[in-house]
Amino acid sequence: MPLDKNGIAKRIAQELHNGYYVNLGIGIPTLVANFIPEGMEVILQSENGLLGIGPFPLKGEEDPDLINAGKQTITYIKGAAFFDSSTSFAMIRGGHIDLTVLGAFEVSEQGDISSWKIPGKMVKGMGGAMDLVASAKNIIVAMTHTDPKGNSKLIKSCTLPLTGVGCVKRIVTDLAVVDVTNDGFKLIERAPGVTVEEIASKTAGKLIIEGEIPEMAL
Amino acid sequence: MNKVVNDAKEAIRGIADNMTLMLGGFGLSGIPENCIAALVESDVKGLTCISNNAGVDEFGLGLLLKKHQIRKMISSYVGENAEFERQLLSGELEVELIPQGTLAERCRAGGAGIPAFFVPAGYGSEVADGKEIREFNGKMHLLEHALTADFAIVKAWKGDTHGNLIYRHTANNFNQAMATAGKITIAEVEELVPAGTLDPNQIHTPGIFVQRIFQASSLEKRIEFVTTRS
Repeated sequence: MPLDKNGIAKRIAQELHNGYYVNLGIGIPTLVANFIPEGMEVILQSENGLLGIGPFPLKGEEDPDLINAGKQTITYIKGAAFFDSSTSFAMIRGGHIDLTVLGAFEVSEQGDISSWKIPGKMVKGMGGAMDLVASAKNIIVAMTHTDPKGNSKLIKSCTLPLTGVGCVKRIVTDLAVVDVTNDGFKLIERAPGVTVEEIASKTAGKLIIEGEIPEMAL
Repeated sequence: MNKVVNDAKEAIRGIADNMTLMLGGFGLSGIPENCIAALVESDVKGLTCISNNAGVDEFGLGLLLKKHQIRKMISSYVGENAEFERQLLSGELEVELIPQGTLAERCRAGGAGIPAFFVPAGYGSEVADGKEIREFNGKMHLLEHALTADFAIVKAWKGDTHGNLIYRHTANNFNQAMATAGKITIAEVEELVPAGTLDPNQIHTPGIFVQRIFQASSLEKRIEFVTTRS
Protein backbone atom coordinates (compact mmCIF):
# COMPACT_ATOMS: atom_id res chain seq x y z
CA MET A 1 0.00 0.00 0.00
CA PRO A 2 1.38 3.42 -0.89
CA LEU A 3 1.76 5.69 2.13
CA ASP A 4 -0.59 8.60 2.71
CA LYS A 5 0.72 12.08 3.58
CA ASN A 6 0.97 11.22 7.25
CA GLY A 7 2.87 8.04 6.43
CA ILE A 8 5.45 10.01 4.45
CA ALA A 9 5.75 12.49 7.33
CA LYS A 10 6.12 9.65 9.84
CA ARG A 11 8.98 8.10 7.84
CA ILE A 12 10.74 11.47 7.51
CA ALA A 13 10.48 11.95 11.29
CA GLN A 14 12.88 8.99 11.60
CA GLU A 15 15.56 11.22 10.06
CA LEU A 16 15.42 13.62 13.02
CA HIS A 17 18.03 13.62 15.75
CA ASN A 18 18.06 15.08 19.23
CA GLY A 19 19.19 18.71 19.19
CA TYR A 20 18.44 19.29 15.49
CA TYR A 21 17.35 22.68 14.18
CA VAL A 22 14.91 21.91 11.36
CA ASN A 23 13.08 23.92 8.69
CA LEU A 24 9.89 22.28 7.46
CA GLY A 25 8.34 23.47 4.21
CA ILE A 26 4.66 23.94 3.47
CA GLY A 27 2.43 20.86 2.88
CA ILE A 28 3.56 17.32 3.77
CA PRO A 29 6.78 18.61 5.43
CA THR A 30 4.72 20.54 8.00
CA LEU A 31 3.13 17.25 9.11
CA VAL A 32 6.56 15.93 10.20
CA ALA A 33 6.17 18.05 13.35
CA ASN A 34 3.35 15.72 14.46
CA PHE A 35 5.68 12.71 14.53
CA ILE A 36 8.70 13.98 16.48
CA PRO A 37 9.52 11.05 18.80
CA GLU A 38 8.61 11.41 22.48
CA GLY A 39 11.53 12.78 24.49
CA MET A 40 13.43 14.08 21.46
CA GLU A 41 14.22 17.78 21.41
CA VAL A 42 13.96 19.29 17.93
CA ILE A 43 13.69 23.06 17.35
CA LEU A 44 11.61 24.06 14.34
CA GLN A 45 12.54 27.22 12.43
CA SER A 46 10.01 29.39 10.62
CA GLU A 47 11.79 31.53 8.03
CA ASN A 48 9.58 34.54 8.73
CA GLY A 49 11.38 34.90 12.04
CA LEU A 50 10.94 32.25 14.74
CA LEU A 51 13.02 29.46 16.25
CA GLY A 52 10.78 27.22 18.34
CA ILE A 53 7.44 26.74 16.57
CA GLY A 54 4.77 25.34 18.89
CA PRO A 55 1.44 23.70 18.08
CA PHE A 56 -1.43 25.53 16.40
CA PRO A 57 -3.24 27.81 18.89
CA LEU A 58 -6.51 26.96 20.61
CA LYS A 59 -9.56 28.61 19.14
CA GLY A 60 -9.78 32.17 20.40
CA GLU A 61 -6.03 32.40 21.08
CA GLU A 62 -4.91 33.19 17.52
CA ASP A 63 -2.42 36.09 17.31
CA PRO A 64 -2.02 38.06 14.05
CA ASP A 65 1.60 38.79 15.04
CA LEU A 66 2.41 35.08 15.27
CA ILE A 67 2.30 33.11 12.02
CA ASN A 68 4.39 30.52 10.19
CA ALA A 69 5.85 30.72 6.67
CA GLY A 70 2.54 29.37 5.33
CA LYS A 71 0.81 32.36 7.02
CA GLN A 72 -1.06 30.07 9.43
CA THR A 73 -1.53 31.08 13.06
CA ILE A 74 0.89 29.25 15.37
CA THR A 75 2.27 29.34 18.92
CA TYR A 76 5.85 29.29 20.21
CA ILE A 77 7.54 26.98 22.69
CA LYS A 78 9.42 27.85 25.88
CA GLY A 79 12.92 28.99 24.90
CA ALA A 80 11.79 30.33 21.51
CA ALA A 81 13.45 33.31 19.80
CA PHE A 82 12.06 35.87 17.37
CA PHE A 83 14.20 37.71 14.81
CA ASP A 84 14.00 39.59 11.53
CA SER A 85 14.09 38.10 8.01
CA SER A 86 17.75 38.86 7.30
CA THR A 87 18.81 37.12 10.53
CA SER A 88 16.54 34.22 9.65
CA PHE A 89 18.26 33.73 6.32
CA ALA A 90 21.67 34.15 7.96
CA MET A 91 20.73 30.99 9.87
CA ILE A 92 19.78 29.29 6.61
CA ARG A 93 22.53 30.63 4.34
CA GLY A 94 25.15 30.24 7.05
CA GLY A 95 24.49 26.51 7.31
CA HIS A 96 23.15 26.61 10.86
CA ILE A 97 20.01 24.62 10.03
CA ASP A 98 20.64 20.86 10.41
CA LEU A 99 17.83 19.59 8.20
CA THR A 100 15.48 21.06 5.61
CA VAL A 101 12.39 19.16 4.45
CA LEU A 102 10.48 20.48 1.47
CA GLY A 103 8.12 19.45 -1.30
CA ALA A 104 8.91 19.28 -5.02
CA PHE A 105 7.36 18.86 -8.47
CA GLU A 106 10.42 16.99 -9.78
CA VAL A 107 13.81 15.75 -8.60
CA SER A 108 16.56 14.71 -11.02
CA GLU A 109 19.18 11.96 -10.77
CA GLN A 110 21.75 14.68 -10.01
CA GLY A 111 19.73 16.02 -7.07
CA ASP A 112 18.36 19.03 -8.96
CA ILE A 113 14.94 20.17 -7.76
CA SER A 114 12.00 21.95 -9.40
CA SER A 115 9.44 23.19 -6.94
CA TRP A 116 8.34 26.75 -7.58
CA LYS A 117 7.00 27.46 -11.01
CA ILE A 118 4.92 25.81 -13.72
CA PRO A 119 5.22 28.08 -16.78
CA GLY A 120 1.85 29.32 -17.98
CA LYS A 121 0.04 27.81 -15.01
CA MET A 122 1.46 28.83 -11.70
CA VAL A 123 3.81 31.71 -10.97
CA LYS A 124 3.56 32.49 -7.30
CA GLY A 125 7.24 32.89 -6.53
CA MET A 126 9.99 30.91 -4.87
CA GLY A 127 9.62 32.32 -1.37
CA GLY A 128 12.51 30.96 0.68
CA ALA A 129 12.91 27.69 -1.23
CA MET A 130 15.92 28.76 -3.33
CA ASP A 131 17.77 30.08 -0.28
CA LEU A 132 17.03 26.87 1.62
CA VAL A 133 18.09 24.41 -1.07
CA ALA A 134 21.26 26.36 -1.93
CA SER A 135 22.58 26.32 1.63
CA ALA A 136 21.06 23.51 3.69
CA LYS A 137 23.51 20.86 4.91
CA ASN A 138 20.91 18.14 4.46
CA ILE A 139 17.80 18.31 2.29
CA ILE A 140 15.03 15.72 2.24
CA VAL A 141 12.28 16.02 -0.34
CA ALA A 142 8.80 14.87 0.63
CA MET A 143 6.55 14.19 -2.36
CA THR A 144 4.43 11.61 -4.14
CA HIS A 145 6.40 9.30 -6.45
CA THR A 146 4.24 10.23 -9.46
CA ASP A 147 2.07 13.19 -10.43
CA PRO A 148 -1.75 12.86 -10.59
CA LYS A 149 -1.45 11.67 -14.21
CA GLY A 150 0.94 8.89 -13.21
CA ASN A 151 4.10 10.53 -14.57
CA SER A 152 7.25 9.88 -12.54
CA LYS A 153 8.57 12.79 -10.49
CA LEU A 154 12.00 11.14 -10.11
CA ILE A 155 13.48 11.83 -13.51
CA LYS A 156 16.70 11.99 -15.50
CA SER A 157 16.73 15.78 -15.66
CA CYS A 158 14.14 18.31 -14.52
CA THR A 159 11.73 19.68 -17.12
CA LEU A 160 10.29 22.52 -14.97
CA PRO A 161 12.19 25.67 -13.91
CA LEU A 162 14.83 24.77 -11.33
CA THR A 163 14.85 25.78 -7.68
CA GLY A 164 18.40 24.51 -7.10
CA VAL A 165 21.00 22.16 -8.54
CA GLY A 166 22.72 19.12 -7.06
CA CYS A 167 21.28 19.70 -3.61
CA VAL A 168 18.77 16.95 -2.75
CA LYS A 169 20.24 14.09 -0.69
CA ARG A 170 17.20 11.94 0.04
CA ILE A 171 13.63 11.62 -1.26
CA VAL A 172 10.79 10.10 0.75
CA THR A 173 7.72 9.31 -1.35
CA ASP A 174 4.51 7.36 -0.89
CA LEU A 175 6.34 4.34 -2.36
CA ALA A 176 9.96 4.50 -1.29
CA VAL A 177 13.00 6.07 0.31
CA VAL A 178 15.46 6.95 -2.44
CA ASP A 179 18.92 8.51 -2.06
CA VAL A 180 20.61 10.69 -4.66
CA THR A 181 24.10 9.31 -5.34
CA ASN A 182 26.86 10.15 -7.81
CA ASP A 183 25.60 7.27 -9.97
CA GLY A 184 21.88 8.11 -9.90
CA PHE A 185 18.94 7.32 -7.61
CA LYS A 186 19.50 4.48 -5.14
CA LEU A 187 16.57 2.58 -3.65
CA ILE A 188 16.94 2.41 0.15
CA GLU A 189 13.54 1.29 1.46
CA ARG A 190 10.10 0.49 0.10
CA ALA A 191 6.71 1.33 1.60
CA PRO A 192 5.00 -1.62 3.31
CA GLY A 193 3.56 -3.96 0.68
CA VAL A 194 5.00 -2.03 -2.28
CA THR A 195 7.18 -4.11 -4.61
CA VAL A 196 10.59 -3.17 -5.98
CA GLU A 197 9.13 -3.70 -9.47
CA GLU A 198 6.41 -1.09 -8.92
CA ILE A 199 8.95 1.44 -7.64
CA ALA A 200 11.26 0.73 -10.58
CA SER A 201 8.42 1.11 -13.07
CA LYS A 202 7.45 4.49 -11.57
CA THR A 203 10.99 5.89 -11.45
CA ALA A 204 11.96 7.50 -14.76
CA GLY A 205 15.56 8.29 -13.77
CA LYS A 206 18.26 5.68 -13.31
CA LEU A 207 17.46 3.62 -10.20
CA ILE A 208 20.15 1.52 -8.52
CA ILE A 209 18.75 -1.54 -6.73
CA GLU A 210 21.28 -3.46 -4.67
CA GLY A 211 20.42 -6.63 -2.74
CA GLU A 212 17.31 -7.08 -0.65
CA ILE A 213 15.37 -3.78 -0.22
CA PRO A 214 13.86 -3.60 3.27
CA GLU A 215 10.35 -2.36 4.03
CA MET A 216 10.06 0.90 5.97
CA ALA A 217 9.62 0.31 9.69
CA LEU A 218 6.79 2.66 10.60
CA MET B 1 14.80 65.11 17.54
CA ASN B 2 11.01 64.84 17.68
CA LYS B 3 9.96 62.86 14.60
CA VAL B 4 6.29 62.53 15.40
CA VAL B 5 3.72 63.31 12.73
CA ASN B 6 -0.02 63.31 13.28
CA ASP B 7 -1.18 60.51 11.06
CA ALA B 8 -0.55 58.40 7.96
CA LYS B 9 -1.67 61.17 5.61
CA GLU B 10 0.98 63.51 6.98
CA ALA B 11 3.55 60.69 7.12
CA ILE B 12 3.32 59.88 3.41
CA ARG B 13 3.73 63.52 2.33
CA GLY B 14 6.24 63.65 -0.53
CA ILE B 15 5.48 60.23 -1.95
CA ALA B 16 5.03 60.98 -5.64
CA ASP B 17 4.23 59.11 -8.85
CA ASN B 18 6.83 56.58 -10.06
CA MET B 19 8.70 56.41 -6.74
CA THR B 20 10.12 53.23 -5.22
CA LEU B 21 8.70 52.15 -1.86
CA MET B 22 9.68 49.41 0.56
CA LEU B 23 6.82 48.06 2.64
CA GLY B 24 7.42 45.75 5.61
CA GLY B 25 5.37 42.68 6.44
CA PHE B 26 5.14 38.97 5.76
CA GLY B 27 1.78 37.98 4.36
CA LEU B 28 -0.57 40.32 6.23
CA SER B 29 1.49 40.21 9.43
CA GLY B 30 3.34 43.40 10.31
CA ILE B 31 2.13 45.44 7.33
CA PRO B 32 1.75 49.24 7.62
CA GLU B 33 -2.04 49.27 7.28
CA ASN B 34 -2.58 52.97 7.92
CA CYS B 35 0.01 54.09 5.36
CA ILE B 36 -1.37 51.70 2.74
CA ALA B 37 -4.84 53.16 3.30
CA ALA B 38 -3.43 56.69 2.98
CA LEU B 39 -1.63 55.76 -0.26
CA VAL B 40 -4.87 54.34 -1.68
CA GLU B 41 -6.58 57.62 -0.83
CA SER B 42 -3.71 59.71 -2.29
CA ASP B 43 -4.10 58.35 -5.84
CA VAL B 44 -0.30 58.26 -6.24
CA LYS B 45 0.54 55.90 -9.12
CA GLY B 46 3.31 54.19 -11.07
CA LEU B 47 4.80 52.89 -7.83
CA THR B 48 7.51 50.27 -7.61
CA CYS B 49 6.80 48.34 -4.40
CA ILE B 50 9.44 46.20 -2.72
CA SER B 51 7.55 43.90 -0.38
CA ASN B 52 7.91 40.18 0.37
CA ASN B 53 4.27 39.61 -0.61
CA ALA B 54 1.55 41.47 -2.46
CA GLY B 55 -1.30 41.24 0.03
CA VAL B 56 -4.64 39.62 -0.73
CA ASP B 57 -7.42 40.86 -2.98
CA GLU B 58 -9.16 43.05 -0.41
CA PHE B 59 -6.35 43.85 2.02
CA GLY B 60 -2.79 45.01 2.25
CA LEU B 61 -1.06 45.84 -1.03
CA GLY B 62 -3.99 44.22 -2.82
CA LEU B 63 -5.83 47.50 -2.22
CA LEU B 64 -3.17 49.45 -4.15
CA LEU B 65 -3.11 46.84 -6.92
CA LYS B 66 -6.86 47.04 -7.32
CA LYS B 67 -6.58 50.77 -8.04
CA HIS B 68 -3.70 50.20 -10.48
CA GLN B 69 -1.34 52.34 -8.43
CA ILE B 70 1.52 49.83 -8.64
CA ARG B 71 3.59 49.52 -11.81
CA LYS B 72 6.09 46.99 -10.52
CA MET B 73 6.32 44.55 -7.61
CA ILE B 74 9.61 43.21 -6.27
CA SER B 75 8.72 40.24 -4.07
CA SER B 76 9.53 36.63 -3.19
CA TYR B 77 6.02 35.19 -3.12
CA VAL B 78 2.86 36.64 -4.61
CA GLY B 79 0.28 33.86 -4.29
CA GLU B 80 -3.01 34.47 -2.48
CA ASN B 81 -4.00 37.35 -4.76
CA ALA B 82 -6.20 36.75 -7.81
CA GLU B 83 -6.17 40.38 -9.04
CA PHE B 84 -2.39 40.33 -8.91
CA GLU B 85 -2.27 37.23 -11.08
CA ARG B 86 -4.71 38.77 -13.55
CA GLN B 87 -2.67 41.99 -13.91
CA LEU B 88 0.53 39.96 -14.25
CA LEU B 89 -0.83 37.71 -17.00
CA SER B 90 -2.35 40.68 -18.87
CA GLY B 91 0.96 42.57 -18.75
CA GLU B 92 -0.41 45.51 -16.74
CA LEU B 93 1.95 44.75 -13.90
CA GLU B 94 5.67 44.07 -13.93
CA VAL B 95 7.00 41.60 -11.38
CA GLU B 96 10.50 40.73 -10.25
CA LEU B 97 10.63 37.60 -8.11
CA ILE B 98 13.61 37.27 -5.77
CA PRO B 99 14.54 34.48 -3.34
CA GLN B 100 13.31 35.54 0.09
CA GLY B 101 16.67 35.54 1.86
CA THR B 102 18.28 37.42 -1.01
CA LEU B 103 15.48 40.00 -0.86
CA ALA B 104 15.99 40.52 2.88
CA GLU B 105 19.76 40.78 2.46
CA ARG B 106 19.47 43.21 -0.45
CA CYS B 107 17.42 45.51 1.80
CA ARG B 108 19.84 45.08 4.69
CA ALA B 109 22.80 45.79 2.40
CA GLY B 110 21.07 48.87 1.01
CA GLY B 111 20.76 50.31 4.50
CA ALA B 112 24.25 49.25 5.51
CA GLY B 113 26.10 50.83 2.59
CA ILE B 114 27.09 47.52 0.98
CA PRO B 115 26.48 47.93 -2.77
CA ALA B 116 26.56 44.23 -3.69
CA PHE B 117 27.35 40.78 -2.29
CA PHE B 118 27.50 37.11 -3.31
CA VAL B 119 24.96 34.44 -2.32
CA PRO B 120 24.41 30.86 -3.51
CA ALA B 121 20.59 31.10 -3.71
CA GLY B 122 19.31 30.83 -7.26
CA TYR B 123 22.46 29.38 -8.83
CA GLY B 124 21.45 27.17 -11.77
CA SER B 125 17.96 28.73 -11.89
CA GLU B 126 16.50 31.57 -13.97
CA VAL B 127 17.31 33.90 -11.04
CA ALA B 128 20.95 33.65 -12.13
CA ASP B 129 20.26 34.93 -15.66
CA GLY B 130 22.54 37.84 -16.50
CA LYS B 131 24.25 37.85 -13.10
CA GLU B 132 27.96 37.57 -12.41
CA ILE B 133 28.81 34.13 -11.03
CA ARG B 134 31.84 33.37 -8.89
CA GLU B 135 33.08 30.34 -7.03
CA PHE B 136 33.92 30.65 -3.35
CA ASN B 137 34.95 27.66 -1.21
CA GLY B 138 34.04 25.27 -3.99
CA LYS B 139 30.51 26.61 -4.32
CA MET B 140 28.92 28.83 -6.97
CA HIS B 141 27.51 32.22 -5.95
CA LEU B 142 25.57 35.02 -7.67
CA LEU B 143 26.38 38.72 -7.40
CA GLU B 144 23.34 40.48 -5.97
CA HIS B 145 22.93 44.25 -5.66
CA ALA B 146 21.62 46.23 -2.72
CA LEU B 147 18.13 47.72 -2.74
CA THR B 148 17.16 51.15 -1.45
CA ALA B 149 13.90 53.06 -1.67
CA ASP B 150 12.65 56.64 -1.83
CA PHE B 151 10.47 55.77 1.15
CA ALA B 152 10.56 52.73 3.44
CA ILE B 153 7.30 52.20 5.30
CA VAL B 154 7.40 49.93 8.33
CA LYS B 155 5.06 48.81 11.07
CA ALA B 156 6.29 48.36 14.65
CA TRP B 157 4.70 47.37 17.94
CA LYS B 158 6.18 50.15 20.06
CA GLY B 159 8.04 53.26 19.08
CA ASP B 160 9.21 56.44 20.79
CA THR B 161 9.41 60.07 19.76
CA HIS B 162 13.06 59.58 18.67
CA GLY B 163 11.99 56.86 16.25
CA ASN B 164 13.36 53.90 18.21
CA LEU B 165 11.30 50.81 17.34
CA ILE B 166 10.42 47.44 18.87
CA TYR B 167 8.65 44.78 16.81
CA ARG B 168 6.48 41.99 18.21
CA HIS B 169 6.81 38.24 17.51
CA THR B 170 6.89 37.35 13.80
CA ALA B 171 5.54 40.79 12.83
CA ASN B 172 9.17 41.96 12.67
CA ASN B 173 10.00 40.04 9.46
CA PHE B 174 11.11 42.48 6.72
CA ASN B 175 10.41 45.64 8.75
CA GLN B 176 13.77 45.74 10.51
CA ALA B 177 15.91 45.50 7.36
CA MET B 178 13.66 47.81 5.31
CA ALA B 179 13.66 50.47 8.03
CA THR B 180 17.37 50.99 7.33
CA ALA B 181 17.06 51.28 3.54
CA GLY B 182 14.70 54.19 2.91
CA LYS B 183 15.90 57.68 2.03
CA ILE B 184 12.97 58.54 4.26
CA THR B 185 11.67 55.88 6.63
CA ILE B 186 8.16 56.09 8.01
CA ALA B 187 7.17 54.02 11.05
CA GLU B 188 3.58 53.42 12.06
CA VAL B 189 3.38 52.02 15.57
CA GLU B 190 0.72 50.48 17.76
CA GLU B 191 1.98 52.34 20.80
CA LEU B 192 3.86 55.64 20.58
CA VAL B 193 5.64 56.63 23.80
CA PRO B 194 7.90 59.51 24.92
CA ALA B 195 11.66 59.02 24.41
CA GLY B 196 13.12 57.41 27.51
CA THR B 197 10.19 55.05 28.06
CA LEU B 198 11.44 52.06 26.07
CA ASP B 199 14.27 49.90 27.43
CA PRO B 200 17.31 50.80 25.26
CA ASN B 201 18.43 47.13 25.47
CA GLN B 202 15.30 45.99 23.68
CA ILE B 203 15.34 48.33 20.65
CA HIS B 204 15.34 46.52 17.29
CA THR B 205 15.56 49.61 15.05
CA PRO B 206 17.56 52.53 16.48
CA GLY B 207 15.89 55.89 15.80
CA ILE B 208 18.65 57.10 13.46
CA PHE B 209 17.01 55.06 10.68
CA VAL B 210 13.55 56.60 11.16
CA GLN B 211 12.52 60.07 9.97
CA ARG B 212 8.77 60.05 10.65
CA ILE B 213 6.74 58.16 13.23
CA PHE B 214 3.07 58.16 14.15
CA GLN B 215 0.54 56.40 16.34
CA ALA B 216 -1.48 54.03 14.14
CA SER B 217 -5.23 53.99 14.57
CA SER B 218 -7.93 51.35 14.18
CA LEU B 219 -5.60 48.59 12.95
CA GLU B 220 -7.47 45.58 11.67
CA LYS B 221 -4.49 43.15 11.85
CA ARG B 222 -6.23 40.67 9.63
CA ILE B 223 -5.17 37.00 9.78
CA GLU B 224 -4.68 35.26 6.45
CA PHE B 225 -5.16 31.63 7.55
CA VAL B 226 -6.67 31.07 10.97
CA THR B 227 -5.46 27.61 11.98
CA THR B 228 -6.29 26.08 15.35
CA ARG B 229 -5.92 22.77 17.16
CA SER B 230 -8.84 21.03 18.82
